[in-house]
Amino acid sequence: MSTMAYLKRSPWILHYDASSCNGCDIEVLACLTPLYDVERFGIINTGNPKHADILMITGGINELNRAVVRNLYEQMPEPKVVVAIGICAATGGIFRECYNIAGGVDKIIPVDVYVPGCAARPEMIIDGVVAALSILEEKRAKMTGNAQAKEAARQAAEAGEST
Amino acid sequence: MSKRIVIPFGPQHPVLPEPIHLDLVLEDETVVEAIPSIGYIHRGLERLIEKREFTEYVYVAERICGICSFMHAVCYSQGIEEIMKIEVPDRAHYLRTIWSECSRLHSHLLWLGLFADGMGFENLFMRSWRLRESVLDVLEDTSGGRVIQGTCKVGGVRRDIGAEKLAEMHRALDPFEEQCRDLGDVFLNDDTVKYRLQGLGVVGKDEAYALGAVGPTARASGVAMDHRETGYAAYGDLGFKPVVETTGDCYARCAVRVKEVYASIDLIRRAIDQIPEGPLDVKVKGTPDGEYFSRVEQPRGEVIHYLRGNGTKHLTRARIRTPTLANIPILVKMLPNAQLADVPVVVLSIDPCISCTER
Repeated sequence: MSTMAYLKRSPWILHYDASSCNGCDIEVLACLTPLYDVERFGIINTGNPKHADILMITGGINELNRAVVRNLYEQMPEPKVVVAIGICAATGGIFRECYNIAGGVDKIIPVDVYVPGCAARPEMIIDGVVAALSILEEKRAKMTGNAQAKEAARQAAEAGEST
Repeated sequence: MSKRIVIPFGPQHPVLPEPIHLDLVLEDETVVEAIPSIGYIHRGLERLIEKREFTEYVYVAERICGICSFMHAVCYSQGIEEIMKIEVPDRAHYLRTIWSECSRLHSHLLWLGLFADGMGFENLFMRSWRLRESVLDVLEDTSGGRVIQGTCKVGGVRRDIGAEKLAEMHRALDPFEEQCRDLGDVFLNDDTVKYRLQGLGVVGKDEAYALGAVGPTARASGVAMDHRETGYAAYGDLGFKPVVETTGDCYARCAVRVKEVYASIDLIRRAIDQIPEGPLDVKVKGTPDGEYFSRVEQPRGEVIHYLRGNGTKHLTRARIRTPTLANIPILVKMLPNAQLADVPVVVLSIDPCISCTER
């Protein structure tokens, strides 16, 4: 199956800098600009967590942003996918021994895709987003399946009551 | 008088690529007071110096900020070289200058794009970033990394740029400058941009000086202070003049950066013309014992690395004062009387680099 076959919908991205050095963040932004231009696939960068399907997060977790990251994640509607960009978001990277770094993003929210690199290259980031898209479709199918099963069960129960 | 309300701005905000939090006290749509709070990306890099050997800390120094990474490495290396009395070869100085100016170019083009995005000029944002990619191509070609170069080390540089590549860079500069001037022309002369920026966030010369503003923010208010004038690395040989504007508004801050793009292209051209042959580094022997304040002009202003060693492999103290931290007091002065809709533009006009600030 080709990559484009995943793109049934236009996924919107929310980008947050947890405690990265900025290197990965400017590469995330570079993905949106003419050379890499992910917008041609319908991928749009939004500033609003309530509109977002994919959370792209860079950098590790520290004391102050712990609540912010959790809050952003919780505000995103289901189904949602988290992409941890750069080695800091995966493990803390070069900063893991710092006193204010608790580790990677997966310490507080579930991460679906890890994009390695310091700084992660735009090609890698796009690859990560594509991987995230298939996970997003799976989650959506599962949710739809669950909803349909629930609905069928409800209808069956109703039919049982009326007889 | 209308009722005062407080609007939280950040840490996550559509125009901010990085988290900073401002509590904006408003009367109707007008800002009365802005109260900043930082710390969302604090990592504790100054303390990390106790766990890394002094030659290894260059890698950490580069990652204080991913945009001006190379210049952090230069600043740190210069500090150690000064403490240990290491004479860096001339070619290394020139290569450091060339890479520093390339970093400045990509940083300024990045900022111009973000600034255009901040004022709602999407097309200009895309144009700036497309131009920036050609600088990144050069950086990647010569150092191997797009944003983190890793070529600077204590005692010199790690890689050479061959004569052929230098000649190619030199040839590419003319068409690149033409494209930059096309782009700069929009920032400097377009009516839309002028209406949006002129008279916004004005800071006078005395106030800028008193509040300790640095870099383009200070130079836009008429403070002719550019650390490159002191002639570190190869700047002394290149005949550098700082770019100064006098009006002190957002337009002036934008103009300073546009003109610094031209100045950087000039500096790279002269550095390539004059670069001497010779070794790239000297062997580092012994350990640093002593202290030094190392200063370098970054795209955002002057960065200070204070380093102290006690003769062991690990330094005992590093203090890093970055330009954005110095510019936050002046930002707090700029915001009152601005409209709420102008806040993103004013905040972006100091070119905030939060990961630098919080280290």
